[in-house]
Amino acid sequence: MNNTELIKKGLPKRYRREKRFRLYGMMAVMVGFIFLLILLTDIISKSLPAFSQHWIQLEVQFDPDVLGVAADAEGKALRHANYRAILKRAIRAEFPDVSKRRDKSKLAALISSSAEYELRDMLIEQPYLLGKAKTVWVRADDDLDTYYKTADKANAVRLTEKQIAWADRLQENNLIESRFNSTLFSDGDSREPEQAGIRGALVGSLYTLLVTLLLSFPLGVSTAVYLEEFAPKNRWVDLIEVNINNLAAVPSIVFGLLGLAVFINYFGLPRSAPLVGGLVLTLMTLPTIIIASRSAIKAVPPSIRQAALGIGASKTQTVFQHVLPLAMPGILTGTIIGLAQALGETAPLLMIGMVAFIVDIPQGFVDSATVLPVQIYLWADSPERAFVAKTSAAILVLLIFLVVMNGLAVFLRKKFERSW
Amino acid sequence: MVETDINMRTELMESTQVQSVDRSDTKVADMKQQVNATIGEPFAKDPKMQARQVNVYYGNKQAIFNVSLDLGKNEVVALIGPSGCGKSTFLRCMNRMNDTIPICRVEGNITLDSEDIYADAMDPVLLRARVGMVFQKPNPFPKSIYDNVAYGARLHGLAFNKAELDEIVITSLQKAGLFDEVKDRLHEPGTGLSGGQQQRLCIARTIAVSPEVILMDEPASALDPIATAIIEELIDELRQNYTIAIVTHSMQQAARVSQRTAYFHLGKLVEIGETNQIFTNPKHELTENYITGRFG
Ligand SMILES: Nc1ncnc2c1ncn2[C@@H]1O[C@H](COP(=O)(O)OP(=O)(O)O)[C@@H](O)[C@H]1O
Ligand SMILES: [Mg+2]
Repeated sequence: MNNTELIKKGLPKRYRREKRFRLYGMMAVMVGFIFLLILLTDIISKSLPAFSQHWIQLEVQFDPDVLGVAADAEGKALRHANYRAILKRAIRAEFPDVSKRRDKSKLAALISSSAEYELRDMLIEQPYLLGKAKTVWVRADDDLDTYYKTADKANAVRLTEKQIAWADRLQENNLIESRFNSTLFSDGDSREPEQAGIRGALVGSLYTLLVTLLLSFPLGVSTAVYLEEFAPKNRWVDLIEVNINNLAAVPSIVFGLLGLAVFINYFGLPRSAPLVGGLVLTLMTLPTIIIASRSAIKAVPPSIRQAALGIGASKTQTVFQHVLPLAMPGILTGTIIGLAQALGETAPLLMIGMVAFIVDIPQGFVDSATVLPVQIYLWADSPERAFVAKTSAAILVLLIFLVVMNGLAVFLRKKFERSW
Repeated sequence: MVETDINMRTELMESTQVQSVDRSDTKVADMKQQVNATIGEPFAKDPKMQARQVNVYYGNKQAIFNVSLDLGKNEVVALIGPSGCGKSTFLRCMNRMNDTIPICRVEGNITLDSEDIYADAMDPVLLRARVGMVFQKPNPFPKSIYDNVAYGARLHGLAFNKAELDEIVITSLQKAGLFDEVKDRLHEPGTGLSGGQQQRLCIARTIAVSPEVILMDEPASALDPIATAIIEELIDELRQNYTIAIVTHSMQQAARVSQRTAYFHLGKLVEIGETNQIFTNPKHELTENYITGRFG
């Protein structure tokens, strides 16, 4: 047999192997894709109920006697009036047949407690309503809301039989309306699912990430530049290098403990603050940024450095005018990967108190705040059924946040990318 | 005839190995002796740069052995020799590009207009503005053609306004013989040019800072014959105003562009002389073998 025949004989086997390998690869991709699809469908389908909210139409009498205020009360005097009472009267007016005390309170429980505050704000803003009647829409309580959203009505265990009958009657009388749940995006956390929103966590995440970005990007990039371009090659620098690589592998909760010990206990920074969260996440993100930046800097062809040096640029000019701009796409990608990690981080933030229940939307870097993943953790832990949907909605928002960040990374990379 | 050739080649190979192992073989020892002293006249009548007893080490490994060589005013000196014989290393000593290699150590004395370039008083940045370099692989910055050429002038503050800068860019491109080809696209990226154009752009970038000496490390080795011919012509023209040292692997190129040729072998300057003489009547056996293509 000559060579050609030998090679020919082996060919089918080689092609088969190649085909098989491709098949494996495609299968792996498919499996991954299917899991992603399942995950997304599950999250999206579970989160859908969280995006709507049922409202009840009521004819409210702003009766000064029931409210317990003078007939010409204004401003401050209206602040502590008994709005609960006029609400109760309004809903009872729809169900004149309900007479037992217990039933009456069960009936009132169908209305969200937020309705009182809405009525209060309305009256303070429009004091002329006092003594008059007005048709208002108020939020349904989460149990009622869940009942309307559940297809399987028999399973709505949180409502009593009587309440279910009332709920059906409200719907028959067209007093119920489903609206887009803007509360989810405009409000902070709440114990009541129908009043809970992710705005607080979203803003907290933004502040925290901003601190992380502002600290870790300049620090990380300068460290990488120094180590790669200026540091002498000696044992100390090797030691620093090894330690940076090790830091990248440290469990994140350790950074949380460090943050607690150093920033809060030693420096006395406030607990639960985005500032401290950002500092802790900076510690965590730095190694990622440094390692990514160093490899990006290393990848800049030496010919560019030579060109600049050969024409009389100083070392610093070479680095800042040529090497860094060319390394920028890689550095930005690394930074955004680091920030995306930081965005999804929960453990270290638990240690510094960002797991607290916080209703107010943080207004600055030292206000108490929580972040999206912690909010997800908190909601997933809540017993109310309506929080299941809220949890999925929050996960969805977190995912969108991540996709936006990655999109930004791709955009920046494209923008800074130049060929050589 | 063929047999003697083969003999000679084996001897040469031995001489390559003999660097570290001292053999008592007399023939080889002879050869070593011969290599140690440079044959020919390394000094120029009107020197621009002078290198004296230069030794270069990479860590413990010596790459250049006791080389003395002048670059005369308005002349082109060609450095030839087999790969790894230290041509680039020697060239990089002349503008202190070796400073950027941490393990590299240079001994000896090199002057530019009788000024010691390794003295503390000599700033490497200033030196590199006076002694420019063109590299083997065209390495334009990923910027526009204009910005590439203007870079050095901007860096050193050579132009005081836009008009002066334009002037510098245009004359440099003209001197590099590139202007006519790119005048309509000065603001397009320099990396979009062909290899030969890129190399001429790099030459334009180098001459834009008006250096006194230009060092070229195999400037045409990555180019096709037509682009090479253009570059060679250019070098010949540049000689009017600059002192040029060029490393090349092409005998023909050395013969065409240079006035003097230096032959390096294993870090030593074996022979130097008028280009004509080197190519027609080499004195050293190693030189002869190399230029007749029997070695390297
Ligand atoms: N940066 C470097 N580090 C270590 N050794 C080097 C370096 N550059 C060149 N050398 C060594 O120095 C010798 C001469 O190299 P070089 O000057 O590049 O030769 P040529 O340009 O003649 O091919 C070679 O043995 C090479 O291995
Ligand atoms: Mg070389």
